[in-house]
Amino acid sequence: MAYDKFTILRSSAVPMPIENVDTDQIIPARFLKATERKGFGDNLFRDWRYNNDNTPKADFVLNDPTYSGKILVGGKNFGSGSSREHAAWAIYDYGFRCVVSSFFADIFQNNSINVGILPVRVSPEFLEKIFAAIEADPKTELEVNLPAQTITLLATGESESFAINEYKKHNLTNGYDDIDYLLSMKSEIEAFADARPF
Amino acid sequence: MSTPKTLFDKVWDAHVIRQVKDGPDVLFIDRHFIHEVTSPVAFLGLEGRGAPVLFSGRTFATADHNTPTLNQHLPVADPMSANQLAALERNAAKYNISHWGLGHIKNGIVHVVGPENGITLPGMTIVCGDSHTSTHGAFGAIAFGIGTSEVEMVLATQCIMQPKPKKMRITVNGKTGKGVLPKDVILYIISQTTASGATGYFVEYAGEVFENMTMEGRMTVCNMTIEMGARGGMIAPDQTTLDYLKGRELSPKGEQWDKLVPYWETLKTDEGATFDLDLTFDAADIEPQITYGTNPGLGTGVTHQIPAAEDVKDGSASYKKSLQYMGFAENESMIGKPVDFVFLGSCTNGRIEDFRAFASIVKGRQKADNITAWLVPGSHVVEKQIKDEGILDILTQAGFELRQPGCSACLAMNEDKVPAGKYAVSTSNRNFEGRQGPGARTLLASPLVAAAAAVTGVVTDPRILIDNE
Repeated sequence: MAYDKFTILRSSAVPMPIENVDTDQIIPARFLKATERKGFGDNLFRDWRYNNDNTPKADFVLNDPTYSGKILVGGKNFGSGSSREHAAWAIYDYGFRCVVSSFFADIFQNNSINVGILPVRVSPEFLEKIFAAIEADPKTELEVNLPAQTITLLATGESESFAINEYKKHNLTNGYDDIDYLLSMKSEIEAFADARPF
Repeated sequence: MSTPKTLFDKVWDAHVIRQVKDGPDVLFIDRHFIHEVTSPVAFLGLEGRGAPVLFSGRTFATADHNTPTLNQHLPVADPMSANQLAALERNAAKYNISHWGLGHIKNGIVHVVGPENGITLPGMTIVCGDSHTSTHGAFGAIAFGIGTSEVEMVLATQCIMQPKPKKMRITVNGKTGKGVLPKDVILYIISQTTASGATGYFVEYAGEVFENMTMEGRMTVCNMTIEMGARGGMIAPDQTTLDYLKGRELSPKGEQWDKLVPYWETLKTDEGATFDLDLTFDAADIEPQITYGTNPGLGTGVTHQIPAAEDVKDGSASYKKSLQYMGFAENESMIGKPVDFVFLGSCTNGRIEDFRAFASIVKGRQKADNITAWLVPGSHVVEKQIKDEGILDILTQAGFELRQPGCSACLAMNEDKVPAGKYAVSTSNRNFEGRQGPGARTLLASPLVAAAAAVTGVVTDPRILIDNE
């Protein structure tokens, strides 16, 4: 699928200091019935975001005008549970381009990169610093630099580097996807398949 | 002598077509399961690229997540569900993919019908757009869940690009006690490792408990391995595996079988092979389990109290939020907690052994008046076994009804939703907020614990009911 290239992102951030935010919360199962990939942002965090009568819950961070930005900062083990890529679609569709946490669930991390969201894993200490900085100043800006693999709190200059697979980095910075790569090695795949015992 | 390898290494390495420099491995996929929810957008992508399905014979489609569990002969009432089911049927026909749709004799939950029909074999790589694909690891396969972009990738190329995970071995020695089922073994392990304790790892299960476990029990264990964050779990194939597979409809036959058996016998971890992490538990420590929180790691022995915040590894704020959602408090006893719903089913516990276990408790007893019970077989084959073995009669005499196969109240994408605020003892795999319906409160447990709740109306230690027989 096509997504915007990711290089350097400078933005304020939305804090969600909760551990084990599972993909059922990010997008509840009842919103997975579409056969096209659109409109998922409206239902991002649906049950944390809205009351039963569809009025917004005032105390949920996405409904609080104090916080905004293209970076979502979550607690440890963000994206656990179901493999539904719809969770990543909803985050992207809402307008986030980057999710920061001290720990990501595996499938969510893969799904994120595949749809153009950069998951940035920071140390628990740096995560606490980010939460504290946002609490002190909700407009505080973060810079996520993919080519340099760094995340920086601009107000203080405090920075941490993050890991990303070179190949995935190349894809994200160029807007490529894995399927283009794999299609280029079709005859190699066919030969391999012929030799399988089942 | 060559370097000792783990079971995981042997299967993974045999599927690597290319190692991308500083990148993931290009891994060949032997079998791909698809269902109606995570495949439509993948097919749209394929169409957009103008790419064909490279090997349509390696993909199998079944309808399960959305399907009703009553009146399956009638048109599906929810138009959006009907639309997804129709899209799957249309795409399967267009690309010549085997499709077991609603009403098909082989229809059922993807992770139940795959093994049941001999599609899942030792030494395979298997993927599906569903995190519980790890189930198939019970056969000594590398099986894991993928996202929709990856579903498109496998349709177009039969490959996936993955960095090789780290390896973990979980050994459980000894013998499990009375009333302890495979579900309790895995719930116990997850409670000890937490919901993220195995993230980045692929798990091999070893030790006496798994060696003595049935294939269905092994599937339950591997199914829930994803709930501690692992990519998947696997168990070395042995005689139990071969006995299960022999004669299944799509299992290899004759000469092909005879050729594969010696290969399958090599699929075990070599003496001296090393793991990145080795955990060992004692079976004697495992009691019938129940969860009290909103992730599968927040569970304990059914006779225990809910732990205090300082004794759990999740952050205190998240833990308190979790208990608040459940309407529970620290240090409360789980025994005697009122229950409204009981769900027996899902890809975790919708197999015949689960129904046998459930029936062993309800036999000669009556369903408690306050309980709504949804008993949902994992497939039509299981449904038939329930009838043929006389289990349906036991259930009916006790006041229960049997529904038709599907994922049902595991993720509540169909009509089977637990109402807000109500408590469900569920044999499924997740107790997340709203998992079984907005506001629903889920207590994960084994079929025996579910049966004990179904006949008493409250959380009950099933061992007491076994004692009385």
